[in-house]
Amino acid sequence: MIKSRNNNIIGAPSRRRLLKIGGAALLTMPFVSRAWASTIDINMLAWYGHAEPDVVAEYAAANNVRFIPKYYAGGDNMLALIAQSPPGTYDIILSDAEFVQQLNLAGYIEPLEASDYPLDDMLHEDFKEFPGHWANGKLYSMMVRGGHLGVSYNRNSITEEEAQSYSCFWKPELEGKVGHFDWHLPNLGMMSLYNGNGGNLWDLDGAKWDAVKDTTLSLRKQAGGFFDYGGSFNGLKNGEMQAMCGIGDWITAPLEKDGAPVASTIPKEGGIQFTESYSIGKGSQKADLARNFIQYMLSPQGQVKSAQMAAYPGFCVTKGGRAALIKADPAEAKRSHQMSGMANDPIALINEGRIHYRDIPQQQSLEDWNDFWSEYKNA
Amino acid sequence: MPISTGRSTKIYALTWRLPIIIWQFFFFVGPVLFMVAMSFFLVKNYRMTEAFEFINWYKMLTRGYFWDSYKYTILISMVSTVCAMGLAFPAAFALAFSASETTRRWAIFLLIIPFFTSYLVRTFSWFVILSEGGVVNAVLGHIGLGPYTMLNTHFGTLVGYMTLTLPLVLILQTVTMSNIDKTLIEAARNLGCKPLATIWQVIIPLSKTGLIIAGIFCFILSFGDFVAPFYLGGSQETTLPILILDTTKSGQQWPRAAVVAIMMMATLFAIAFTGIAIAYRKRKGA
Repeated sequence: MIKSRNNNIIGAPSRRRLLKIGGAALLTMPFVSRAWASTIDINMLAWYGHAEPDVVAEYAAANNVRFIPKYYAGGDNMLALIAQSPPGTYDIILSDAEFVQQLNLAGYIEPLEASDYPLDDMLHEDFKEFPGHWANGKLYSMMVRGGHLGVSYNRNSITEEEAQSYSCFWKPELEGKVGHFDWHLPNLGMMSLYNGNGGNLWDLDGAKWDAVKDTTLSLRKQAGGFFDYGGSFNGLKNGEMQAMCGIGDWITAPLEKDGAPVASTIPKEGGIQFTESYSIGKGSQKADLARNFIQYMLSPQGQVKSAQMAAYPGFCVTKGGRAALIKADPAEAKRSHQMSGMANDPIALINEGRIHYRDIPQQQSLEDWNDFWSEYKNA
Repeated sequence: MPISTGRSTKIYALTWRLPIIIWQFFFFVGPVLFMVAMSFFLVKNYRMTEAFEFINWYKMLTRGYFWDSYKYTILISMVSTVCAMGLAFPAAFALAFSASETTRRWAIFLLIIPFFTSYLVRTFSWFVILSEGGVVNAVLGHIGLGPYTMLNTHFGTLVGYMTLTLPLVLILQTVTMSNIDKTLIEAARNLGCKPLATIWQVIIPLSKTGLIIAGIFCFILSFGDFVAPFYLGGSQETTLPILILDTTKSGQQWPRAAVVAIMMMATLFAIAFTGIAIAYRKRKGA
């Protein structure tokens, strides 16, 4: 008897208890499954950070959705992931603007209804009809944020005046202390700007391309390493790298906020703008939700979230967004110069012609640029 | 009757071997064959298309940077092997011949513990130790030395390789030397052999197979490692694993990456088989 009682205590339930538990579980099932069913999954293909709670938690809670992100690094990687997935895999695609055209040509994205989005509220005329975002009078992608790439540096090694030119990368004291973001496009773009190619930085004939290669090779002895996002971040943080080529405020901003003596500036030769845009994936079964989310990200509230993104900040692209940021987080608005009249205001820099939108090489192939980048790394 | 017994023995043995044969076919031979086939494919619109073209082989093998990476990867892997073997040998020697059985077991257990954690995490912890404001330079600063640049250098890469390979090399060397018949060492000493000569003429020849296997493992792991040269070496010199990443990152050129991978495998096969042949070569007259 004692044995039997002990068994019950340990966990072997009596028939009555088992029926009670089973019945309760059975009765609860519909509620559980209903709660699960009402949460809708949105598959997002994006750069790291865009589906993290600091950006989407509020939206997700308000709309009972859950974001399933697939993060990539680089436009090529993004195109490959889409190419290898069946249509409808991704509901929302965040891409660099220069790749939108390719997404559209390959038929990976749905056309958007222009009237659904606040085009009249865009901060700059260029943003309304951003290159590649429209085709045959149809809108395919909405720009949601951007950032500028220029000279990123440690204030203890490079003065603000020196940082006004890419020539600071060749400063003798910086031998082995100049890091590269390991992607040919922004680095070679900067070298092209340094060579004085200005607005034609991507459109290089043979002679100009050779000159860009020579300029880049002359920087090799200064190079201290080739890094991804984490490596660039660490290199600047621990002081191993005193300057970085190929990046901008998107990497130095989080460090600056932590008190590191680093900054990014747009030199006199000009800077490069990275532009991020949202599209709706072809064949998405949740296109309405995807549209609603893009509208949210372009709303003042969404623009503030984007500007404050923990992974890497970007500037607001709508007037409403900028006004909301100044109100909600004046310190960030000031730090990122997103106030009219401030020196280096991103919009003023575009108006002054100092910013050039990132593009792909016009007269060479991406393969040519990549080949040279590999040569440079081995030089 | 004897014939039938032999046949059933063969079937019995084959039954036991079959799982490993099937496993090797599906998870080694199959993928390798696919990789070889893939090296002839083409990439169109970021998608691989089946083809039989030699363009990937031509493009990769005619590039100077491929051969630079190849030479550097072999060189740094050889340096890593020499360092790991040299650093591990005294410790393995002490564990095999001076330590008690209990101490040796504890030592081997402690050497296994690093494998419980992610190699990537262990590599990142070196940032705190090796950076210019890190632990090593702080200690050196107290005696008026430094700061020295250790991250993003060949030294950094080697530290990463040691993190990966040293525990394994040490375990292999310890186990090998522990199995040497101690009476042979005693006999050598009784016959007047000095300590260093005993190591050179008795211990190393007797543990030759295990030592070579340890060296081969070290070389293979270093040769294929991406983490150490990328994070601690700062990609300052492109190793073949980094070249694979670069090749796939831009243009999704998996077929060209397959060419690099096949070259790596061919190199490793050549080195491993040469090493094994040397390890098991019988001495003349033996």
